Amino acid sequence: MQFVHTMAAAAATNTTWTPQTLADRAVDSVPHSLWLTAGYFLLAVVGVAALLSFLGMALIYIERKIAAHFQCRLGPTRVGPFGLLQTLADTLKLVFKEDFVPPKADRSLHMLAPFLALLVPVVLLALIPYSPNVQVADLNIGILFITAIGGFGVMGILIAGWSSNNKWSMIGAMRAGAQIISYELSATLALLVVVLFSGTMSLTGIVLSQQEGWWIWRGHAAGFVAFLIYLVASTADLNRTPFDIPEGESELTAGFHTEYSGLRFAFFFLAEFINMFTVSALTATLFLGGWMPFHVGDWTGFNAAMDTIPPGIWFLAKTTAVIFVIMWFRWTFPRLRVDQLMHLEWKVLLPLGFANLFVAAVVVLTELYPFPLGK
Amino acid sequence: MTVHVRTLDELLHAPLEADSDLTTQEYLVNMGPQHPIAHGSLRVVVRLDGETVKEVIPVPGYVHRGVEKMCEHLNYRQVIPYTDRLDYLSAIMNNWAVAKTVETAAGIETNDRIEVIRTIMAELQRLQSHALWWGVTGMDLGAYTAFLYGFREREIIGEIFEETIGARLTMNYIQPGGLMYDIKPDFAAKVKKLLPYLKDCVEQYETLLSGNVIFQERLRNVGIVDGARAVALGCTGPVVRASGVPLDLRATEPYGAYGKVQFNVVVGTVGDCWDRYYVRLEEMRESIRIIEQLIDGIPDGPYSTIRYNVELTLPEGIHYGQVETARGAFGVLIVSDGKREIPYRLHFRSPNFNNLWVVTAMAPGWRIADFISIQSSLDLVIPDIDR
Repeated sequence: MQFVHTMAAAAATNTTWTPQTLADRAVDSVPHSLWLTAGYFLLAVVGVAALLSFLGMALIYIERKIAAHFQCRLGPTRVGPFGLLQTLADTLKLVFKEDFVPPKADRSLHMLAPFLALLVPVVLLALIPYSPNVQVADLNIGILFITAIGGFGVMGILIAGWSSNNKWSMIGAMRAGAQIISYELSATLALLVVVLFSGTMSLTGIVLSQQEGWWIWRGHAAGFVAFLIYLVASTADLNRTPFDIPEGESELTAGFHTEYSGLRFAFFFLAEFINMFTVSALTATLFLGGWMPFHVGDWTGFNAAMDTIPPGIWFLAKTTAVIFVIMWFRWTFPRLRVDQLMHLEWKVLLPLGFANLFVAAVVVLTELYPFPLGK
Repeated sequence: MTVHVRTLDELLHAPLEADSDLTTQEYLVNMGPQHPIAHGSLRVVVRLDGETVKEVIPVPGYVHRGVEKMCEHLNYRQVIPYTDRLDYLSAIMNNWAVAKTVETAAGIETNDRIEVIRTIMAELQRLQSHALWWGVTGMDLGAYTAFLYGFREREIIGEIFEETIGARLTMNYIQPGGLMYDIKPDFAAKVKKLLPYLKDCVEQYETLLSGNVIFQERLRNVGIVDGARAVALGCTGPVVRASGVPLDLRATEPYGAYGKVQFNVVVGTVGDCWDRYYVRLEEMRESIRIIEQLIDGIPDGPYSTIRYNVELTLPEGIHYGQVETARGAFGVLIVSDGKREIPYRLHFRSPNFNNLWVVTAMAPGWRIADFISIQSSLDLVIPDIDR
């Protein structure tokens, strides 16, 4: 019901978006040429792989530069122009390091864990709508799928901690397990608010529903509160400061990846950064309109000017802004203690999330939007 | 009162039982000698029940170099560089302890210039040490950015030292009867220019960490030790002052130019990690105040009252002298036979050694993360413990 309403609203404005995913194109091409279908599949695989490696390089470089500027220093400057090749050099170093498995570790699980940790963000990369025409697949149960797959990520960490046969790793993995499972709840409650608002679980549908305005400010306070809850909860899901207790360096040496070196360590590292990207991309998609340009009510000229900026750029700008905020957290805050972390989730965020969901439901049922959907 | 001293072996082989109905087990972990919290190479064996610390067993000795034994073969001027290598963040103050003891024992007179310069240098180093400590505490609690801010001030003060002394860490500056080098003509001007900057820095430290809710949650009411307990364990310096005991040798038995300046002895009220944190921040303000009062009127005079190559033989007997370093009372006990120019026996009473053992009283019952806060709030320098 709500969905139909939103679609009608989208049709009412001047610009109409007709998103097409790679999966759509592949299905459409089946009657014409199977080679074309195979080509689309190949493009999807190569695209995600290329994006994965590019994001790894770019995000690590950005993180180092941002950290440096927060800390009154320059960051990498020597390798390549502006130190751009520093990450490549670091990766090469990690590739050539010994792939060491501790003698009393559970060998097969120890080797499996980094791949499990990396699997989740890679799958999520395929679902994100980067622009109307750049998306691998758009599931009608997108949010449900993301929540399910996202919860799987903790397996890699738990297995890594368990199989390392190291007390520090074990403590780190158990902390990670408790933390991620707890904060998944709040993150999901925040996602549900957007699902209520937009009436769809499909990510592209959610983006289209924000043509008249982003959920962060159109959904009364509920949208904004959901945004804040999701930002906090997803930072905790990422194990980043101030919630980096699973790898809290000064406490647990390196937490769950204490016993990892070389390429396997790099996988955990990469997984963390790609996770950060997917979380930021989801935040941008759900609350900040995804690739949808910024529109203000009846300002036709302004809206037209905004439309000249390609949707891909909009998506990238919003995602980068969220990534910056998450990095900002990391280089500003100290770390929470484990019981304070649980306190924050179970006694603050979770009740707040439920209350917020209730308010959102009331808003949707009574259609008390401050900015009416259709005109 | 009897004290039962248990050996390390007894402690490590105590039965490991957890007080829970579930089938759980306590376990021992080594924090150090290779661990980020070791700040060097302190080994602490921690008995854990899940996340809860049940017992802390410090095992020092990984940087033991036999400094005290070596000093039995060195004359008093040669002892000075060895004190640099104990608490390397209080090198000048350690130098001063030996110089003061030797001067008192041998009856060497110094002049006002020497004492004022010594005081300024010591306070600069206290500032440097506390700035570094502030940064390291931030890092220990996960705020890595603070670490680099702390190091920034350390470098700037280090440049002042380097200009006068030629060294930044092991400075070997205060000698019996005077100083190693005179200050440069523009020393006073440079320090005066630095003081407003350092004041700003302390304010910046407040904005960066003190007001942070996570930081306060991590420190407040964590690791409380009351004044009587702290004194009984031999704590000195900011650790004992945070527990409300106004023990500061600069005020209780003034030496150098401390008798001529106005400054407050900062004490805490609760004795928790937060008090130990805030006492140090306030001490930085007091140090700036002391330097401000002295820097304008550095008297004229020679920078040493005795020649370097003069033979120093202390009268027969036991001589003790102590100064307040950045971490507490650093004492030097010299036993002289009255014949040779080397000590018969020399002992350093180092503040860190006593401050270390207070973790055994503070940490049990807290979480692993609190143990980090507690140890960080003690501001330990490991070579000073092991000697």
